[in-house]
Parts: sequence; C-alpha cells; structure tokens
Amino acid sequence: MDSVLLLTLRRLRWPLVLLVGVYAVGILGLVLIPGVDEQGLPAPMGFFHAFYFLSYTASTIGFGEIPQTFTDTQRLWVTVVIYLSVVAWAYTIGSVLTLTQDRGFRHALVEQRFRRQVKRLHEPFYVVCGYGETGALLCRTLDRWHHRFTVLDIDPERIDDLDLAHFATDTPALAADARLPDNLLAAGLRNPSCRGVLALTDDDAANLAIAITVRLLNPRVPVLARAMSRGVADNMASFGTDHIVNPFQIFGDTLATALEAPATFRLLMRLTGLLRQGPGADHYPPRGKWIVCGYGRFGREVVKAFDRESLSVTIIDPLERPEGDRPFIPGVGTEAEPLLRAGVAESVGIVAGTDNDVNNLSIAVTARELNPRLYVIVRQNLEANRHLFEVFDADVTAVSAELIAGRCLAIISTPLLERFLRLARSESQAWALGLIEALDALGAGPQLATWSITVDESGAPALLGALTRDGRPPVIGDLLCSPNSRDEPLECLPLLLRREADERLVPDRATSLEVGDEILFAGRPRARRAQALCLVNTNVLDYVRTGRDVPGGWIWQKLTRRGGETGA
Amino acid sequence: MNLEKVIFGFFILLAATLNFGFVLGDIDDPTHHAEAELFAAVVVNVVATLLKFGDRTQLGAVHLATSLVAVLQLFAATLVWFFAARDAGGAVYPASMAAIVSLAAGAVFANVVSVIMLVAETLMLRR
Repeated sequence: MDSVLLLTLRRLRWPLVLLVGVYAVGILGLVLIPGVDEQGLPAPMGFFHAFYFLSYTASTIGFGEIPQTFTDTQRLWVTVVIYLSVVAWAYTIGSVLTLTQDRGFRHALVEQRFRRQVKRLHEPFYVVCGYGETGALLCRTLDRWHHRFTVLDIDPERIDDLDLAHFATDTPALAADARLPDNLLAAGLRNPSCRGVLALTDDDAANLAIAITVRLLNPRVPVLARAMSRGVADNMASFGTDHIVNPFQIFGDTLATALEAPATFRLLMRLTGLLRQGPGADHYPPRGKWIVCGYGRFGREVVKAFDRESLSVTIIDPLERPEGDRPFIPGVGTEAEPLLRAGVAESVGIVAGTDNDVNNLSIAVTARELNPRLYVIVRQNLEANRHLFEVFDADVTAVSAELIAGRCLAIISTPLLERFLRLARSESQAWALGLIEALDALGAGPQLATWSITVDESGAPALLGALTRDGRPPVIGDLLCSPNSRDEPLECLPLLLRREADERLVPDRATSLEVGDEILFAGRPRARRAQALCLVNTNVLDYVRTGRDVPGGWIWQKLTRRGGETGA
Repeated sequence: MNLEKVIFGFFILLAATLNFGFVLGDIDDPTHHAEAELFAAVVVNVVATLLKFGDRTQLGAVHLATSLVAVLQLFAATLVWFFAARDAGGAVYPASMAAIVSLAAGAVFANVVSVIMLVAETLMLRR
C-alpha cells in the first residue's frame, strides 16, 4: 500500500475509534430509554431510528425529535450524547486538518507524486543529483536539447528554484538525499528508460556514494560523477565509474595541450567552447615564465601542466608551500609587492587560481597594471560573479561549473567528440591548422555545432533502406548535399567515422557507408537540420543521391517505373 | 506489557465472541437472536477494523482483510434485518432470520481467522 494512505489511516485511527464509540453508546442509550407516543403508549426507539437521529444530531443538522417527541429522560440522554459527539467530531476533523499541515505527511505526498511522475516517464531521461550551479547549468542545456531528466537535491530551496526555472518539459524533482539508494530508485534508477546518472553534488563523498549505488543497483546505467580531488577520482575509477569529471584536471589537461600544441588547442576551443576566452579568441598561452597564485587543487593541476612543458613557474600562496625547491613567495598576490618579487615584469603570464573570486580579480587587475602584456588566466568560482569576470575580460576564464557541465554534455550528446579530441591530440599541428581553416570556411562562427549520427533503424531509417537496396551504396558525400538543391554543399564537415574498432579521422567524401557506422559532424545548426531530413526521408535521400525528384505515392512510383522501363 | 497489544487483542476477541453469541441458537428462531447483540457485534467489529489500520506488515494486511470481510457480512445482516423489520412491521419472520444469522455466521468465520492469526502472531513472537 502506498505510504500516504497508510499514514492517513494510522493518524485517523484513534479519532475514528472514538467516534464509533460515542455513536455506539449514544445509540444504545436511545434504544434502552423507553419512549412514549402521543397517546402515552410505550414506543421504544429501534436501532435504525436511533442511528438516524444521532447521525443528524451529531453532525449538527438537527431535524428535531423524530419520530415522536422525546420524554425528559430521553432529552437528558440526548444532551449528554450531543456534547460527546460534537467533541468526537471536532477531534476527528482537527486530526484531518493537522495531518494536512504535517511536514511528514506533505513530504510523503510530494514523494508519492514524484515517484508517480518518474514511473510514467517512458522517454529516455537522465537522473541529475545535485541542483547547484553546475546542475542548474546542465539542466538548462538538457532542457534546451529536449532531453528529459529527474532531479534530486538535498536542499529544498534549490528544488523550489527549479520550480521557477520554467523548463519546457515537466521535470520531476525531489528534495531528498541522493546518497540514499531509496531516493535514487525513486528518481528512476531502475526505470528502463534511464540513460544515465549525473552525480554533481558539491560533496565528493556524496558523489562517490551515488556512483557506488548506481554501479551496484543498475550496472547497465552509466554514471557521470564529479570529483574535485584525485583521491576520490581514483576511488571512483577503482569500481568502474564510467566518466569521472574533475574540472581542475580538465583545465590542467587543456592548458597542457595549449602549451604543447597551440593549434590543437584552438581546434579544441572551436569545437567545445569549454573555456571562456577573451578578445582575439585565437590567442594561446605563451611559453615562458609564469606566475601561479593559489596552490590549491586548481593550482596544483595548473603547475603540473607547466611542469610537463618544463616552463618555469613561481608560486604565490599564503599557506601552501610547494614540494621541492620551486620558487615560492608567501602572500596572496592581491598587492603589487609579492607580484613584483615573483618577477611579474619579466613573466609572460599569470594564473589567478585561488578559491576566492574577489581575490582572483584583484590579482588579475594588479598584475595587468604592472605588466599589460601578461597573458591572464582567471578562475571563476561562483556563477553569481559572472558579470564581474565578463567586464574584466581575461584571456581565459576557467569556470568549474562550465567545465563540468560542458564535459558532461559532451559525453551525453556527442560521445564521438570526446574520442575525436583524443585522437586529434596525436595529429600534427599542420593537420590541426588545416582543419581549423576548413571549419572557419563553413562560416558558422561561434555557432559551430557538433553532432553525431548512427546508421541504424532509429537514427537513419532512410539511409538504412538505401543500404539494403541494390545499387550504388550511399557515401558520406551524399550527406553533405543540401536537400533543397543538391549542387549546394551543406555547411558541415565529417570529423570522425567509427566502424566497430576502426576509427577514421576526417573521412573522405567518397567513403561508402555501412550499417552501424557512427559519424561525427561539425557545422552550422541549420546544416544539421537539413541533414536530418536526408536521414529519415527516403524521397529526400533519393533526390540528394540521384538528382531525381522521386514521386512519393505508390501509384506514381509504379507509373514512373513503367515509364522509365519503356523509355529504356 | 504493551497496552496497545492488550486493547488490540481485546477488541479482536470481543468481536469474535459477540458475533458468535449472536449466531448461537436455532437459525430461524427470532427469539434466539437479540437485536442488541448484533448491534454490539457491528460496533466492536468496526472498532477492531479501525485498530488494524496503518500496519505495514504482510500479516497486518491480512488482518485488515479479515476484519473488512467480517464488517461487510455484518452490515449485510443489519440491512437484511432493517428491510425485514420494515416489511413485517417490527417483527422478523423466521425465513428472514435464517438469512440474517447465516450472514452473521459468515462473519464469525472471518473473525475466527482473525483470532487464529492473532494467536499465531503471538506465538511467533514469543518463540
């Protein structure tokens, strides 16, 4: 039985027992006390009449003394019964009202509604645990892409925020502790439509608990877990968490790529928009002497990246003294003195990476005043300070929430992109530059989108049909023609073709397609929409491939086929 | 000693005994079956049902089910009594009485099951 009904029955048990008791005593009294009719003959009251009388008297309707006028003895008894029954009714009604105000009861109601909503979800959805800055950012994007999701957060206020967020789809959300398996199950962990669980709470231990729970309760569902410390990340990896997202590590790796292979870095920025870049988006971090302010988890990853390229780094931190004999200045870096001592004049860049946004801005402003040519990387901790950072316009702004959300979305929407970026790192700089040029030639600007298609029944039914029919097999080039006029190319580019274990970077237009192929494209959003038409509509695909505008109806198809045969 | 258990056991047993007392006697002899006893049986059965509300266990669910059956049977018997008395002008004919008593006897069966479960539960816990 569901908990709401149980709770109601449990709470109303004693009021109802009291009510039944009062009625029973009252009825019994009325039956036992002798009544008299108009002629003075004895007219005892039956059980039915006693019940009828009490029903309308106790509920204060009061039809009067029916069927005969009462004797004084009867009236005495009725007086007693009236007071008793009014008290019993008041107690019962009061209990019902208290119940509806009860926190536990209301929570049970909300939870029941949540479970019902989740149970009714029959389209693919994700479970988002933690609706903080990262979670909110991610949910907004998921919503924009018409993905469904359910939300768990331990803070009821955040769930209230979510109600005000005006998502396009109805989002089941519950204020509950995602660490508890029961709540994860309520959020749809075992629902066949569940496509993944995102553990994005600001507590590493909680994310770890969520990852373990999911791994044990439904190993089929992939987990994306945020981990701020390496220790927790290693722990998660040890039991097979599918994707561990550490924003500091992502930034460190990106920085290392930027220093080692600037062209690859630029390609990465074009395709992902992972970092906020200042004016002249093609700037990349110069090689030379660097200053890092703040040697916490962020600072360590940054220093690791510089170390990999053996660049000299001076660290400014009030407390954390780095290992070894690395140049170190104790201080915050918000004043000129420690910056000058760290050699800001002859440095090429500075990283303001403390966990305090105001300090980071102060460091960046002071450093730029001392050396205007500095390459400035600032870390933004809170989304609320976004406007300040936008005005300051650093060369690179690293925002944890955006790094995490960006990586999660990339994993969810275009898993091939991750693969492509990894492969791209081993390619030459000239190759990367060539690809950047080709991408820029599409004219998409900042709107460059990436998407992937799969040649299967659900992803590309028209293409699958063309593959199973005889004749020339479709090639990638077919997917690059506009369905409006096949001579016009679509503004998109194939980046990666995956065929089982075989991966081909930037496949050739003439590559023929096979069932099960996955292809990653980059291009303008409108090209994506046009391409989607070719994938699902057989007639459009035929036109794109052959140039003939094939009639759709069965009769017309028969007629044109006959005409074609006689013509040949 | 748990007062709640005492009250619980008391009502369940009383429901069964009152019900049994009403049924006892010749099935169609109106003088053997008191109206007041049926009334008492109905009231005590309803209270017993209310007391069983809100138990989350499997046993509790079956307990509730038996009580609901008993209450339903007794309500049916009361309704038959009402219509029989209305049509016959107060008295109840033997044919109607047989129907009333047989319905109440059904309720006795449900009550006996309830008592057996009560005993079984107690023995299980005392083990």
